[in-house]
Parts: sequence; structure tokens; C-alpha cells
Amino acid sequence: MAALFSGAPPQGGPGYSFKQTPTAAPSGERQHGFYPYTDNGGSTLGISGADFTILAGDTRSTSGYNINTRYAPKLFKIGGEGPENKGARIVLSVVGFAADGDALKERLDTIVKMYKYQHGKPMSVSACAQRLSHILYNKRFFPYYVHAILGGLDEDGKGALYSYDPVGSYEREQCRAAGAAASLIMPFLDNQVNFKNQYMPGSGTGHDLKAKAAEPLPQDHVEDLVRDAFTSAVERHIEVGDGLQMMIITADGVHESYTTLKQD
Amino acid sequence: MAGFDFSNHNRNAALHAQGVPLPKATSTGTTIVGCLFDGGVVIAADTRATSGPIVADKNCEKLHYIAPQIWCAGAGTAADTEFTTAIISSNLELHALSTGRKPRVVTCMTLLKQHLFRYQGHIGAYLVIAGVDPTGSHLFTVHAHGSTDKLPYVTMGSGSLAAMSVFETQWKRNLSRDDAVKLCADAIQAGIWNDLGSGSNVDVAVITEEKTTLMRNHLTPNERGRKERNYRFDRGTTAVLNEKIIKREEISKYVTVHELQDDSVTATAETMDVDS
Repeated sequence: MAALFSGAPPQGGPGYSFKQTPTAAPSGERQHGFYPYTDNGGSTLGISGADFTILAGDTRSTSGYNINTRYAPKLFKIGGEGPENKGARIVLSVVGFAADGDALKERLDTIVKMYKYQHGKPMSVSACAQRLSHILYNKRFFPYYVHAILGGLDEDGKGALYSYDPVGSYEREQCRAAGAAASLIMPFLDNQVNFKNQYMPGSGTGHDLKAKAAEPLPQDHVEDLVRDAFTSAVERHIEVGDGLQMMIITADGVHESYTTLKQD
Repeated sequence: MAGFDFSNHNRNAALHAQGVPLPKATSTGTTIVGCLFDGGVVIAADTRATSGPIVADKNCEKLHYIAPQIWCAGAGTAADTEFTTAIISSNLELHALSTGRKPRVVTCMTLLKQHLFRYQGHIGAYLVIAGVDPTGSHLFTVHAHGSTDKLPYVTMGSGSLAAMSVFETQWKRNLSRDDAVKLCADAIQAGIWNDLGSGSNVDVAVITEEKTTLMRNHLTPNERGRKERNYRFDRGTTAVLNEKIIKREEISKYVTVHELQDDSVTATAETMDVDS
């Protein structure tokens, strides 16, 4: 039923003296906006070593210039026992749209748990990694708006780290930074983990200088790099701060820690 | 007044139509406040300057000099706040010289609003003006479009809501100087902690009939802790592809070279922080 009073002059009547008289309904079709995504800021980072993997993320959740909360974890244990995920050997970190991150974590956790119940053995990290890729690609045209990083130990007990784009392209890597401050952290990691742009002093002149070869770093060294990466990102990115959550996966299990970051 | 140079307007419009984005101006997504007290006025500001989500300057100055007893806190586009306050400061100085009187805060406010209104909001300066003149203590805000307010306590910038929440709960009539400084500093801190556009330190300026006291970095609640590792590289880590050494004899053909003793070096520029 049409509106009783539209404010427009009677049809065909003399109308207003304006060049364009207001019409009852805008001509052409009405467009509705649907914006299901928001960006909750924050950053995550993962580094794998010889017999460990470290995942880390800040705990600030933002929208625009506001802080939603100073403690919203971005790291999740996957496939452990009960709601506390006891005995989990896989960790997922998600950054981007927090609601999608939570949904993705719930899905993967359920799948890894079901695998264990049905097969009577825990899912390997490589299998979990590929499964996560499939989950993401399944929503190719309405993606989970997240940059995920999956960490654990591979079948040989070596540190395993997989990083994903929002639609499921994935790769095993030594290190990866994701989220708002990824562009600040990643070059630091390239230089300090893979020794990019570093040469062996005195090994030659000009182009003959030998590049410094990457080697697996000791665990305490990597922990220091992670802390320095985040304290530095906090200095220069407004969406990163409040707290640093770290999970270290070794043969002994997952060790979780939390330290504060600057709150401004 | 000379005015602005618009000669690149057509070229930039054509570039923009082809999809070239506009260059990003450093914006002081800011918290600035002001508060009157018995015997004067206080203004305060945070010290973070941002460019999008990136912190462009961790310790910038947002308290601008206009006249000895008139100061201005600026939010919005950094260049606009800097240049408008500078030009009004200049005009007010000339005005004071020609009249032989101390400049008044209303005069400053009127010059600013007329300047900003002429540019229809394109000059993105949002200001808190404070000062003491022969007619008393005054506090104003001026928006980029030219509107002004006169209030006993004011806030502006992206952290204005956080800061105003402090004023609305804690402000009272006839504050003492120290209480006004504390209230303004607390209002700025509300912005520093709760607004992502604001951060780092608190700058405060107190203006009384006698003098102006600028308290640069009145509070520094966000000092960076020590880094876990030392990131000094061994000499020779960076590849040198070619090098050229210019000797003193060569360069003295073009410029005069003075021999300096270590203790005779007087002017030291800002030194960079280097890991020990």
C-alpha cells in the first residue's frame, strides 16, 4: 500500500516551482547495502624452530578509533580435551574479522576433535593444515575475512608453521606475520630469522660477498625476537597493543604466556 | 594576503579522475582540551601524530604560540593547524605593534574564524584558543568551517568524547591552578588510553596574568621499555657495491672547510637513538 502522505505534489498537478519536484518514490530500483565484515585490527606472528613453534598475537580488539576490549585472544588451541583444550598439540591464530576468526576456530576445533574420536589418534599437523585450507576455500565467494596461521610439530618432531590467505591458499613457512602491523613486522622477521640483506663480513667484495645463511634459531632467541617485534609494532601502529599472548608448542605440549603491552 | 597557489588544480583533478589517489596528509587525530581557572586558563594536548593507522610522530607539539599570553591547541590536519596559527600569530603581532596594546583573545579568535570560514572547511584546522588579556582569561574553540564556542571547559579532536567525559564528571567552578592542570592532564589521558588517534605524552600550557608556563611533556606515561636483543650489526654486514672517497683537498675546491676540535663543537643537532 502506498504511503498516505508522501510530501510530493499531486501527480500531473502544477507542482512546486522548483526545477525538480520531489517524487513519491525514488525512480529506479532501491539499493540496499549489506556490509557483513568489520576489521578488528591487531597482529599475529608465528616462527618455527628445530623442535618448537611459537605463535603470538596482541590482545587488542578495535573498531575505528575505539577499543572494543583490551583482552580478546587471537590464539586458540585446537583439538584438545574438553573446553580447556587440554593436551592440544596444534595452535591456530586468526587476525582480521574477529567474528569470522571465532567461527573458523570453532569449525576447525570440532573437526579435529571428531577426527580423534573416529580414528582413535590425533590429527597430524599437515592433515589439519590441508583441512583448514579446504574449510577456507569452501567459502570462496563469501570468505572468512581472516589471515590464519597454524602451528604445531610435524611427524618428525620439527616445528611446523602454515600460513593462509582468506580463501585458503596456504604454504609451510619458517616465519610469518599477519594482520594490521604485518607490513611492519615481516621485514624485521626476514632480516632477523632468514638473515635477508645480511652478508658475511669479509667473505668477498661487492657482489662476491657471501650471504648469511639462515639456520634454525634457539627458542629463547626466538621468544626475544617475538617480544621485540610486538613492542616495536605497538610504537608505530595504533591498532596494536594492550597485551601479548604467546603459545609455544614443543614435544612437552603447548605452553601459554601473557605479557602486557603499552595501552595507549 | 598572498593566498594559496591553485595552479596544479586542473592537473590534480585530471589525475584524480584517472584513479590516482590523493596524497595522505599527516593528521593529528588528537585529544586537545582547555579549562578556565581562578586567575588564568590551562590548555593541554597529547603528542601523537598519525597518518592513517600509522603513528607518524610519537612526540609532536600540538600547543602553538600565538602571542606571549595567547596559545592555541590544534587538531585536524597537522600542516593546517601549524600554518593557520603561524599566520594569525604574525597578523596579531603586527596588530599589536600598530595599536600599541596587548593583543586580545577575541581578536585572535575572530581572525581565525574569518580565515577558516573564507576557506569553507578546506583548511582542516580545529583549534582550542586560550589566553589572558586586559579584559580577562578567555577560552574558545574554533572549528574548520568557522564556527566558534566560548565555554569554561572545552575538548576537541578524535579523543574529545573521552576527554569531555572527564570534564563532565569532575569539573567544578572556581578551580585552583593545580586542580585545573590535573583535570586537563586527566582529560588528555582519557584520550591517550581510550582513543586510538591519541597517545604518548601530555603537554600542558598554563596562562596567567603574569606569565605563560609551557610544560612540554608534563606527563610521559608511555616510555618505551628496553628491547630484549641488541640489533647492532657487525661491520661489513651490508654489501658495498662501490665506494668513492672525497678527500678534504678535493671538497675544499667547492666549500670552505674548517678544522674542528672535539671541544669546539658547539651546535649539536638532534642525535639519533642508537643501541648501546
